[in-house]
Amino acid sequence: MQDNILSIRNLSKTYHDIQGETVAIRDLNIDIKDKEIVALVGPSGCGKSTLLGILAGLEKESNGSILFNGRKKIGFMLQSDSLYPWLTVLENSLIGLEIEKKLTKENIKKVHKLLDKYGLNDFKDKYPRSLSGGMKQRVALIRTLATNPDILLLDEPYSALDYQTRLALSDDLYRIIKEENKTVLMITHDIAEAISMADRIIVLTKRPCQIKNIYNVNLTNKGYPIENRKAPEFSYYYDKIWRDLDVNIQ
Amino acid sequence: MSIYSKEHELFLKKIKRKKCLVYLTQLSIIIIFFLIWEILSRLHIINTFLFSSPSNIFKTITNLINTNNFLNHILVTSKEILISFILSFIIGFLIATILWWNNFIAKVVDPYLTILNSLPKVALGPLIIIWVGASSNSIIFMSLMISTFITIINLYTSFISTDKNYIMLLKSFKATKYQIYQKVVLKSNLKNILSTMKINVSMNLIGVIMGELLVSKSGLGYLIMYGSQVFNINLVITSIFILAIISSILYYLINYFEKKIDY
Repeated sequence: MQDNILSIRNLSKTYHDIQGETVAIRDLNIDIKDKEIVALVGPSGCGKSTLLGILAGLEKESNGSILFNGRKKIGFMLQSDSLYPWLTVLENSLIGLEIEKKLTKENIKKVHKLLDKYGLNDFKDKYPRSLSGGMKQRVALIRTLATNPDILLLDEPYSALDYQTRLALSDDLYRIIKEENKTVLMITHDIAEAISMADRIIVLTKRPCQIKNIYNVNLTNKGYPIENRKAPEFSYYYDKIWRDLDVNIQ
Repeated sequence: MSIYSKEHELFLKKIKRKKCLVYLTQLSIIIIFFLIWEILSRLHIINTFLFSSPSNIFKTITNLINTNNFLNHILVTSKEILISFILSFIIGFLIATILWWNNFIAKVVDPYLTILNSLPKVALGPLIIIWVGASSNSIIFMSLMISTFITIINLYTSFISTDKNYIMLLKSFKATKYQIYQKVVLKSNLKNILSTMKINVSMNLIGVIMGELLVSKSGLGYLIMYGSQVFNINLVITSIFILAIISSILYYLINYFEKKIDY
């Protein structure tokens, strides 16, 4: 397909240590279209994070390939906000540009604009400790957006927050993603979050990580995540994915 | 212009009062200690020849100042502490950085560091004098032996225990190793670096005095040694008294910088 922004082909990853080897990912094929939001759902420890790590260039694949359609830039948002407590909100937002040596006037202005736009203008010179959990995540997102990536990789972006904040933030995140026109590949273990945010959900198996099922999420009146939870098809998808995951407490 | 409620002001006052009380109690303990010491010596309950007394310490200080070489002794000791502090910190910092940078070297060096750190350095005293000579240099060398290894170990352990997420984040921006070192490892360990300095300073003090006890012609350690040889207990206790003052000044100086880092 032409409009694929990212294609993962026959990707495998094996970890080696003294006890032996672990196959984390085996023969994985995923295509992601431009401006699409794809959620990866799978049992914990199934190698989802490894996959994002490989895509972000933090780890090396054992086999297979990752193909980008043109020169595409990846932005990685970690599970924890990891804001540096010794830097102000503005300095934290600029750290990516600083590392990439792209601290041009233009880019700095863009970051200022992002902070203003998303309600952080009064906090630019404050330190992260004075922000709420939700605001910290927003700064983390802006820090990722600052380097102008085409594809955002989100690793359970809100797992450290309480339930209410997460609900509110999923709307927030969705709005920012759409306004900034980004393609997103996100990991979550929250089925409801996946259905309410994503265009497509890929359910993964236990280790080694393979595709179990793919769902194109078609909801009536698809809109913002919180509204999407009211769609009549919601529970249908929920049920399907729940069965796919086959959660057993051992 | 009060922006707080009455209740909150009362609360603040209470905290302030408690803090004051702690200071006052601390102060009175030292005053009472000196008072009892003085009174007991005046009543001849304790022998001033063996235990000295606050007034004798005071007299000794004025005497020493008048004979003009007292300040010189303090200066010599302070200079030795300062030089060995700076040297051991720089050496420790450099080596800790190298170990952080290169895991292989760190693994190789690990047992040697542990052995060297746990070795009682006084045992090296005679050797140091033979190798380096009976001068100020061997005192500084002794002090370096005592403080450098612990500095390396402390700094290295705090460098490698830097939050993995902090490092991963920079790596996701394709940061170089130097950028990670400079922007995360050093910055996130500022507090650890200062507390290492605090330990360092007291180690250097111990090292310098130990060195001065072994070889020296001046310095507070020399005064203690000389005083004990001629049985001038006043001189010994006065020197110890001055040492206590020097070490607390150094301690509070670093404490001051430590408090300045707040984020």
